[in-house]
Amino acid sequence: MQVNSLKLAFNQLLAQYKSGDLRVLLLALVLAVSSITAVNFFTYRISAHLNSQGGLLLGGDSVVISDHPIAAKWVDAAKRQALKTTQTLEFASMAIVGEKNQLAEIKALSAGFPLRGDLEVKSSEKAVTQSVQKIPNKGEIWVEPRLANALNIKVGDKIELGASQLKVAALLTREPSRGGDMFSFAPRLMMNSDDVPATELVQFGSRVKYQLLVAGEPAKVAQFSADITPLLQRGERVEDVKSARPEIKSALDKADIFLNLSALVSVILTIVAMLLASQPFVARAQETAGLLRCFGASTANIQAVMIWQVLLLAIVGGVIGCALGFVLQQSLAYFAGQLFLESLPKASLVPIFTGLGLSVSLLLALLLPHIWALKTLPTHRILRQEFTVNVTSFWQRLLPIGVVVIGLILLLAKSFKLAAAFLGGIVGISLLTGFLALVLAKLLLKINFANTNISQSIAFGLANLNRRLGLSITQIIGFSLGAMVLILLMLLKNDLLSAWQSSMPIDAPNRFVINIQANQVLALKSFASDNGISNPQVFAMIRGRLTAINHHAITPETFESERAKRLVAREFNLSSASEMQDDNKLLQGRWWDADEASKPYLSIEEGIADALNIKLNDVLEYDIAGSKISLTVMSIRKVSWDSMRANFFAVTPPETLKTYPSSFMTALYLPKQSDNALNKLVQQFPNFTVIDVASLMAQVREVMQKMQLAISVVFGFCIAAGLAVLYAALIATRAARIQESALLRVLGASRGQVTISMLTEFACIGTVAAIVATCFASGLAYYLSRFVLDIAYQFNWGLAAQSLILAFVLVPLAAWLVIRSYLNVPPKQLLNSI
Amino acid sequence: MLLSDSNNSAPNNQSTPNKLTSYPAILATNLAKSVGEGDNIIEILRNLNLEVTQGESVAIVGSSGSGKSTLLGLLAGLDNPSSGSVTVEGVPFSGLDEDARAAVRGKLMGFVFQSFQLLSTMTALENVMLPLQLANRRDAKQIAAETLAKVGLADRLTHYPKQLSGGEQQRVAIARAFAPQPAILFADEPTGNLDIATGERIIELLFSLNQASNSTLILVTHDEKLARRCERVLTLRDGQLHAS
Repeated sequence: MQVNSLKLAFNQLLAQYKSGDLRVLLLALVLAVSSITAVNFFTYRISAHLNSQGGLLLGGDSVVISDHPIAAKWVDAAKRQALKTTQTLEFASMAIVGEKNQLAEIKALSAGFPLRGDLEVKSSEKAVTQSVQKIPNKGEIWVEPRLANALNIKVGDKIELGASQLKVAALLTREPSRGGDMFSFAPRLMMNSDDVPATELVQFGSRVKYQLLVAGEPAKVAQFSADITPLLQRGERVEDVKSARPEIKSALDKADIFLNLSALVSVILTIVAMLLASQPFVARAQETAGLLRCFGASTANIQAVMIWQVLLLAIVGGVIGCALGFVLQQSLAYFAGQLFLESLPKASLVPIFTGLGLSVSLLLALLLPHIWALKTLPTHRILRQEFTVNVTSFWQRLLPIGVVVIGLILLLAKSFKLAAAFLGGIVGISLLTGFLALVLAKLLLKINFANTNISQSIAFGLANLNRRLGLSITQIIGFSLGAMVLILLMLLKNDLLSAWQSSMPIDAPNRFVINIQANQVLALKSFASDNGISNPQVFAMIRGRLTAINHHAITPETFESERAKRLVAREFNLSSASEMQDDNKLLQGRWWDADEASKPYLSIEEGIADALNIKLNDVLEYDIAGSKISLTVMSIRKVSWDSMRANFFAVTPPETLKTYPSSFMTALYLPKQSDNALNKLVQQFPNFTVIDVASLMAQVREVMQKMQLAISVVFGFCIAAGLAVLYAALIATRAARIQESALLRVLGASRGQVTISMLTEFACIGTVAAIVATCFASGLAYYLSRFVLDIAYQFNWGLAAQSLILAFVLVPLAAWLVIRSYLNVPPKQLLNSI
Repeated sequence: MLLSDSNNSAPNNQSTPNKLTSYPAILATNLAKSVGEGDNIIEILRNLNLEVTQGESVAIVGSSGSGKSTLLGLLAGLDNPSSGSVTVEGVPFSGLDEDARAAVRGKLMGFVFQSFQLLSTMTALENVMLPLQLANRRDAKQIAAETLAKVGLADRLTHYPKQLSGGEQQRVAIARAFAPQPAILFADEPTGNLDIATGERIIELLFSLNQASNSTLILVTHDEKLARRCERVLTLRDGQLHAS
């Protein structure tokens, strides 16, 4: 019999929709697609935005740095990717006014600078700061107030720079690109690059840093970097904000992981809801298949009709879901745009295809096993009204959706560790919850409620857990999974935010003082205590050049990577300490004991060790002021670059380098209004060099605050999606609940008794789910904090208690909300309508 | 070609059912059905023989659990016999695979079930249209509406099963069974879920439509009164049929 399968499928689907049966599944599907596409849309835009926020610290998204003029081919490469470009050059020179002179860090700018962020200038010390997005006019310069003070000049005065006289047009209070080089000792002077030749300062052999800044779409910037990196010549390197600023890289990476995790959470939540919501559809499909078979349809006809139904449903759900997802993320973007006071980058079309593909694959994976199994559905069961039979095995049912879930997790997690932890959590919680639910059911079976004082309504509710064991277990697993991912997200969000807050507390050091001599340390400490500055920690600084590893002499040419070449070419700052800094972590080896204070040992930072291929127990030879010393690597440390504290790549025991010439450094926190103390410090210790990182820290803090906001917004969205899909899941079992409550009322139960019985059942489901979910979420949060996000983890008793109470109250309340309107309908009417 | 080719595209309001041959409508030979394994084998039907001529109405009665529904399932090709054979209009029905049997059912058979078996998501009209749509009848809607009018439900076309009484639901099921003009109608306890008065009205409707369409009726029931309306009454006892 040739059947028009598409027409029949369409008619049946329409009929099912009109009767209301299909709405829950369609709702769950729409929510699945919309939440995933919205989170995807949004996380894509947020991470693009965060990267460009990070770019504020560089003045562009990426920068090519060179010790010779920028090659035209790099500019062409940027143009091929349609990136905006500008060039700068930096060098140090004396700025002279009459008899006074001061070393200045000169930055010559071309049109278009800065590509990201803006410059802040003011016309006098007391004037209001203005944001500008231009460069100094020809013949004019902008100078940092520090330089103006040192030379005792004001706006309008002229400065002699090489062979030129240039007019000070403004005081420079902030520049976006300062973040790339924290230890810029001398004050800044900005000029127009057209004026550089006239100064005659840049000659053959001058030490000049040439930079090509680029900015544009993240994918194109990444492509540009990937294109040119292998072609870079000696003395050239590419940096983006991540390579230039470790604390921003670390924060950005963590924000990325969190956003990926949010997308994963929305996937799990919605698939759980769909699993539950598809049950009525499967039952209906079996019923219809039985009848169609009676009426003469072949297996192929029936399967074709069902597959068309699934495809039609997937397309409708996918289109509505994508549209809703797009609208949702537009609203989110609008909201976030207000928060960020800047517009987010344009949304990409990719999530639309993802959404449609997801809709089809999710629904097919979920329903195809059942459709496939229809061919084995015994037709004669129609005579015995046994349509809803389990004709698929456990594995047949779960394998396809399992494959889709694993695929999605791998795709969204973008990290094997994260994906593995998440999958492990899901499988573990499903098995444990199923087991616990079975144990609970067995225990309940042993209680003879008639002999207890428990109200019969409660006893009925408890016994219900057993009567519908399969459904109870499915629901407990569903609720546990949902609760687990939400609790996990909440725990990590709290940990991540507190890690960021503690990494840069408001009183974090904002001035580094170097060039402190050994005999000035005590005087500095007493100065600090006299001026209300907390006791500063002082670190020894010994400058030495690494000359050999394991007795093999090394030169920059020994190494291939640019970073290794740079590290070897310059002097290291070695330090010494008896204790390891508390924000460092020992990765390999051991820290020295008190009786090893003068041993020739060394502890080295892991990044340097990697770059120079240094292993534990290697012997490194340093040249310190002409003397050689061999030090054995006793440990490799991880340094927390999130913090702005002073940290050293190489540290020796306290007495090891005592005989070598050394100076000291410290980090101080000086409030904004403490210029006085700073001036006094410089007057009392004229040899000190004070490095001001306050404005850089303000910029870093600003970026981190925006990341916190972004994370909170996405988290809020996930919570909303989670609640919505769990509600949909609850609606999926509504028909069975209503039928049961009607039957109970026919048998003489009051509405109160029916309500108590149902609330008892759901309170049990909610509590079991919450206990397991909290345990698993805490375990996963511990793992992810420790091994993926690398942040401190602390078990959150408050959150665990809140989850339990919320589950105990919210799950039954939500169930009651779903069927409450039916409790007042006469039972006869209800039974007729089922 | 033993079976008629109904005109699938043209309106078909003729009252002649889908048949042409001179073979018995149903012929069951040495039919047996057993369930279970090893020592727990239960023989439901044993060497059962039955011949039903075209246009005949046969009632199969018997106590609960005697195997009436099992026999109906075998005759309608809904299940496979353990041994023996069934031919329908001369076609060796029980030797066909499930899809081929389904095709024969679609051409020749109609069903009325004790529990109505209406799809709850479809209106009365959509339920009656279903077998016609399966047969690719372009006039499915028109025929369904006319048949529903014949069973007195012209004003209930857009009602869902849950909005109809038990009697009305069974009338929809009867309309669905008769709409494609089947040659053979199987009815399994058609009044089993109805009160006496409603049941009687349903019986009247069933027999009048059967008479008008001249189709073969095989009725399974434990209701003696209903059984007596048929031309032949057979009792199923100990797995075999006995003339009453």
